[in-house]
Amino acid sequence: MADYTKMWTELGLDLAGHDALLGVLGGAYTDIFLSQKNRPEGMKYFDFVMSEVHGLRIQELMDAKAQGRKVIGSYCVFVPEELILAVDGVSVGLCAGAEFNSEGAETVLPRNTCALIKSAFGFKLGRVCPYLEASNVVVGENTCDGKKKSYEMLAPMVKDLYVMDMPQMKSASGRTLLKEEYKRFAAKLEAVSGKKITIESLKKGIDTVNAKRAAVKRLTALRAADPAPISGLDALLINQVFFYDDPVRFTASVNTLCDELEERVKKRTGVFAAKTPRLLISGCPMAVPNWKLPMLIESSGAVIVGEESCVGERGARWITDAKSQTMDGLLDQLTDRYFNIDCAIFTPNPSRVAYVKDMAKKLGATGVIHYSLQFCQPYIMESGPVENDLEKSGIPTLRLETDYSQEDAGQLKTRIEAFVERLQKK
Amino acid sequence: MKSAGIDIGSRTVKLAVLENGKLAWSAKRVTSYNPLETARELMDGVAFDAITATGYGRHLMKGHLDCPVISEITAFARGARFFAADCGAILDIGGQDTKAIALDREGAMSKFEMNDKCAAGTGRFLEVMATALGFTLEEFSQAALAAGKAVKINSMCTVFAESEVVSLTSQGALREDVAMGIHKAIVSRSASLLRRVSPQGPVFFAGGVALNACVRKLLEAETGRPVFVPPDPQIVGAVGAALISHFFR
Repeated sequence: MADYTKMWTELGLDLAGHDALLGVLGGAYTDIFLSQKNRPEGMKYFDFVMSEVHGLRIQELMDAKAQGRKVIGSYCVFVPEELILAVDGVSVGLCAGAEFNSEGAETVLPRNTCALIKSAFGFKLGRVCPYLEASNVVVGENTCDGKKKSYEMLAPMVKDLYVMDMPQMKSASGRTLLKEEYKRFAAKLEAVSGKKITIESLKKGIDTVNAKRAAVKRLTALRAADPAPISGLDALLINQVFFYDDPVRFTASVNTLCDELEERVKKRTGVFAAKTPRLLISGCPMAVPNWKLPMLIESSGAVIVGEESCVGERGARWITDAKSQTMDGLLDQLTDRYFNIDCAIFTPNPSRVAYVKDMAKKLGATGVIHYSLQFCQPYIMESGPVENDLEKSGIPTLRLETDYSQEDAGQLKTRIEAFVERLQKK
Repeated sequence: MKSAGIDIGSRTVKLAVLENGKLAWSAKRVTSYNPLETARELMDGVAFDAITATGYGRHLMKGHLDCPVISEITAFARGARFFAADCGAILDIGGQDTKAIALDREGAMSKFEMNDKCAAGTGRFLEVMATALGFTLEEFSQAALAAGKAVKINSMCTVFAESEVVSLTSQGALREDVAMGIHKAIVSRSASLLRRVSPQGPVFFAGGVALNACVRKLLEAETGRPVFVPPDPQIVGAVGAALISHFFR
């Protein structure tokens, strides 16, 4: 990696803390990803992206800003990248996947806050997330109570925090609210960028994001093959990079990888032996570099073939139908697309478990691991009914609740191994 | 053939050898700071054709002894059926884990639950509480059985419960009554874990805590279900692993 010290200093990063973070991240990446066997060649691109995640990519953001483009950071799949692209902005996901400076975060947040929110604050207070520091606008969204209230505390810490309201029911009034919020967000983006969203620019934005999601959907479908052509860890990584990378380059790289995976499927080669127990993960998002659970699972004799998660299917599975020729019509179609997302903040939320069953069938998974972040009330609340429903449908389910620390790794591994043994009927 | 199983637990290492479907030999030893060494000492001079490792230290055997490894949950599921052929529900309270396992009619694991990351309500918890009250483990159980009443213990965290116990005794509570309160607390927690996987039927009770007469008695009372404890409840996991050794051959 080139020397980015000057750029990081200009962004106001704490260099010592940032170096420490990159050191840990690099070590973990080598141990968890580079040590895997039979990796597709196409993963080299993503290895490169990860090696430059705080370097070259940030340089690109700075260059974009120098050209007058705006960087819009967010934490949620309800924030429409299409609108950001329509004002020629750059959309980036913000750091919330590592335990960093928890003590700092706990000076402003209650201890029993989920690891994701704590992480976002740890990064902010420790000044180690270059994406956050490079953002012209940080978009918050009223999904869960934890996020909603924590944005009140984040507001004075960032340049421009914009909070989007969110419906909680899939009702007509809920949909109206979402559309109104997208209109308001579009106006905000126009004001910040000084650029008007046109039918053409919005259509172009939708096409770009649709292509990105279609590439990820292609990857998802290829994972139905046995032997699995790609590990769950690598597939998760791609879903994580989804939020950071240039969308056009990302799409091309995923499609190149998929070409290679198609060859693997034809030749019946893969990363693990055929008949390796196949699992789905369902639940909370796994923001980069949260690789803890997939690493434990794939070192316990199972392969992950799908993620029913915001970093996974929940973020990528719907394509926007952009046939309309009017601005209002396009906004309607965009709203329809996002209103499908079956996040646990909605009540009731029956389509989520229905889709998990659907995924298990399509991807040939024989078990589901339900993953909740500790203190994530919406997903923990749903985990019991989801487990009961899946077990009743003959899909063995293991419910796990954890955070970003490593202290429970031993106990999690025992449970995961026993669950895999249950599937193998040992 | 002689198939062996070694269960490297957090507090005790157990070894069992099966021959012609019968338990031929078993031994156990307190886990030291070097569990691998303890396991080696235990295996020294014991003959077997195949061995499988289980327990918290199971992966330590990798690279030292080329043997299959199985989680202790599966090991207990298999081991329980060795001692009780129709067993459908298992409660194992070990040194630092509590596990509840349900088996289907064929003996396959249909559901399990395990305590969270801390040692609340496990064997280690009982040890710390006994020490706080100045009892040996044997005296602790006897004292609880002799208690006139139970003082309610609110905390199941080993650290908080210890200060709660100190505070109760300094307020003049009888240590026998406090002992009974602690036993009740551990049983109530374990019974609820058990209910989550198996609502009814006899309970196969294993692990070091099954040696405690007071816990056994309270578990029957709390669940209203018959509780069966095998002759040596600590070796169930090792026996299960030995059965797996046989399976792998």
